[in-house]
Amino acid sequence: MNDVLDVALRLLVVFAVFLVLPLVVGQTEHKVMAHMQGRLGPMYAGGFHGWAQLVADGVKFAQKEDVVPKDADRRVFQLAPAVALLPYLLVLVAIPVGPGEGAVGQVVDAGIFFVLAVMGVGVLGSLMAGWASANKFSLLGGLRTAAQLLAYELPMLLAAASVAMAAGTVSLPGILNAFEWWWLPWQIVGALVFFVAGLAELQRPPFDMPVADSEIIFGAYTEYTGLRFALFLLAEYAGIVVLCGLTTVLFLGGWHGPLGADGLGWVWTLLKTAVLAFVVIWLRVSYPRLREDQLQRLAWTTLVPLALAQIALTGIVKVAIN
Amino acid sequence: MAQTAQAAQAAQEHGFLSPTGVEIAFLLVGLVTLGAAVVTVTTRQLVHAALWLVVALGGLAVEYLLLTAEFIAWVQVLIYVGSVVVLLLFGLMLTKAPIGRSPDTDSANRPVALAVALAAAAALVWVVVDAFRTTWIDLDGAVQGSTEVTGSILFRHWVLPFEALSVLLLAALVGAIVLSRKKKEGER
Repeated sequence: MNDVLDVALRLLVVFAVFLVLPLVVGQTEHKVMAHMQGRLGPMYAGGFHGWAQLVADGVKFAQKEDVVPKDADRRVFQLAPAVALLPYLLVLVAIPVGPGEGAVGQVVDAGIFFVLAVMGVGVLGSLMAGWASANKFSLLGGLRTAAQLLAYELPMLLAAASVAMAAGTVSLPGILNAFEWWWLPWQIVGALVFFVAGLAELQRPPFDMPVADSEIIFGAYTEYTGLRFALFLLAEYAGIVVLCGLTTVLFLGGWHGPLGADGLGWVWTLLKTAVLAFVVIWLRVSYPRLREDQLQRLAWTTLVPLALAQIALTGIVKVAIN
Repeated sequence: MAQTAQAAQAAQEHGFLSPTGVEIAFLLVGLVTLGAAVVTVTTRQLVHAALWLVVALGGLAVEYLLLTAEFIAWVQVLIYVGSVVVLLLFGLMLTKAPIGRSPDTDSANRPVALAVALAAAAALVWVVVDAFRTTWIDLDGAVQGSTEVTGSILFRHWVLPFEALSVLLLAALVGAIVLSRKKKEGER
């Protein structure tokens, strides 16, 4: 009975985090983008600096009619948002926020492989949406999504493999237990590669070719309305939370901090994740969109060699230490 | 003689007639996987076939999980669902992927394909049954399929096949690059 309660409680907490953190990131994006562009952003909803804007948006989305185009493949079209969103929920279960068993939804033995594998599945949602909409812009968006994923999955995996080599384990809590402060400069190249590739996998600017609104309307999501569209947006922001959390855990030392008070490790994790999320928003405001060929060239001629070099460096240092 | 005795002992210890929850789950997931695989090859909608393939491959990953081979399960998802199916869908979308039925999905080779598939399945089932007839995984004991176990076995006992496979894959990679470059020059 106690076990069941424990599992239920953990899942409930993870689910709550899954619902709240993406909204916080979304609201932060509204405000940060506005201030970087000399605007105020939402100011009225909820009273204090428009804090309830996204809640109001959610209510609006829920009220809208759920339209399925006549020529679309109904079932695939309706299933796509769930396929896009659910993987991020699953990944969140495996990310540790603090030391000990109590601060992670579920300890997964092959944690790195689990999170990368499940994150890759999310892209299927965009592909399904792009194909099933029976819309040329959607299909183009789906194609660009697939091409982007194929290019950026490899450097992301290689960068993660470098950390696994350094720690000698593929479990996420295990990596954090092995972490030392000098890993930061040692793995910095891998961290950059991982973060950039992750941004591309999430289709965030400057890698937002698949949803380039000035070229192909909104890519794979063009035909979506109401709640299903909201689910795709939620998937994007949940993706930001997951990517920043993973980068924190793999490369920035997670719960380790200079003022390592016991029991406050989760504050460090959240703080580092928040700073990374801010960087994600910052990049959206400051960089123009990459063209398809620039995007592919960046992946194959810059990120992959850098990731391989990082792996070589990790191997050499690891052997030297031993 | 010894084998039958072993089998009898296994039957006594575990009981073929009162399966545990894990065994029932294993069977059910197996049925779903088989069903998805059959739909994959019989459906007349190309993209649906690719999506059913995702179900079949995912079901296989769940089976690995139930057999405690966690590492293999995630690699299965990563490589097959995350990359191979995406590549497949990419190819379908680039060439021809109409919504609705495609009239030309069936070729005249269907009976031959069925025969080959049945023969391959029979051979595989025979090999697996013969090799693992009375082997039971002790779920409460030490984990047998964790990353650590897989890694140490792979790099201690199977290093040579592993290296040979790497060289083979590298050769395939180089070959693919050479072929694609040649075609371009021919076009000019």
